Amino acid sequence: MEATSLNFIDLTVANVVFLLFVGFVGGMVSGFIGSGGAFVLTPAMMSMGVPGIVAVASNICHKFPKALVGAIKRHKFGHIDLKLGLILGISAEAGMLYGASVQQGIKERLGDAGSNLYVSFAFVVVLAIVGTWVMLDAWKLHRDGNTDHDEAVTRLARWVHKVRWLGPRFYSAGAKAHIPWLITLPIGFGTGMLAATIAVGGFIGVPAMHYVLGLPSMMASATELVIAFVMGLGGTIKYGWSGYVDVRLAMIILAGSLFGIQLGAIGTTYVKPYMVKVVMGVIMMLVLFSRGFIIPVYLAELGWTAPIAASTSAFLKQISFWIMVAALVGGAVIVLRALISGMRDHSRAKSYA
Amino acid sequence: MNRLKLIAYGVTVAVLYGLLFFYEKEAIRLCQQGGWYFLFPVTVAFVFSLFHGTFTGMFWDALGVKARISGKK
Repeated sequence: MEATSLNFIDLTVANVVFLLFVGFVGGMVSGFIGSGGAFVLTPAMMSMGVPGIVAVASNICHKFPKALVGAIKRHKFGHIDLKLGLILGISAEAGMLYGASVQQGIKERLGDAGSNLYVSFAFVVVLAIVGTWVMLDAWKLHRDGNTDHDEAVTRLARWVHKVRWLGPRFYSAGAKAHIPWLITLPIGFGTGMLAATIAVGGFIGVPAMHYVLGLPSMMASATELVIAFVMGLGGTIKYGWSGYVDVRLAMIILAGSLFGIQLGAIGTTYVKPYMVKVVMGVIMMLVLFSRGFIIPVYLAELGWTAPIAASTSAFLKQISFWIMVAALVGGAVIVLRALISGMRDHSRAKSYA
Repeated sequence: MNRLKLIAYGVTVAVLYGLLFFYEKEAIRLCQQGGWYFLFPVTVAFVFSLFHGTFTGMFWDALGVKARISGKK
């Protein structure tokens, strides 16, 4: 294997501090909802002058150890369905490899603008569908006052647990039911493909495990960490083989994100399960708008629509970036508030007892 | 005892990061080699997560930020 010709950037103190902060906030969101914190890291690194592929590779390299630490933590709380996570992880790995090759193909045919348009379009479509579903469900639970009750298993999940004609099944401790292997394939594959496309496979994985496989949302978000570990390890090997991983960047982000992921994981033990859906839904909606703003820019760059003035294009890119930052910070604030008020209520209840 | 462990892990993490940045050029060179040298970033990531993950867990614990394991949410 020949050495790559890509230059890794010189790190300044400001760069390191920035990455530590973004890593911390991203880690906190990931520890709480199972994923979702990493999507801002790639653009953040690119804004520092890191080549796109090095940013993606270094992001993935920090994700698998982070997911491992988060998964171990959540396992101690009894949130992990390890068997299901590993099974989904295998098909997710295949989905990730396929997703990466699709990305590569689009980039070769349409260049950077085509690749960016594809990524943004995937964000908008997936988040519009899944995000709306998650938000509506959280709103329904809130409106009906069912937030203290255990979550009901959806009709679809009950059907999945009963169906016999889909071939061999295995027992899922999280769902407390048998699940056909065949059902796991599209879920894992879709999760992997989305991870390769937008760096957040959990936007498919977590809702699918909850609504389709019947896992409680708390377990779905934790089991996603197992899938993220399997995918992240595979991705790191793939990019590392080509010499694209900047281990310095990965370890700086990891330094911040491990503080965050522990905090996010602890936060889940203080909140009602529906809060996971609220946080996930809010982040999904904000990211949806973030990507939506930038689509006209890429369309114009490809020449598929009328040209946009350079100043307008720069303005839309700025709006998009800052909404994405707001999504991350907003998620982190909700997690912190839930954690602080949960801990306060808990210690108050203990002192009365 | 727990405080001692916390300090020991903290020092280990600081040493690991110190080494990584002291040998920054060598680390970059190994990463850029590609091929079987992928084992370098993977091993670094595992080792750092092992020590730093334990340290951060103990850190929040020492600050009183602990999980509520039992009881209804």
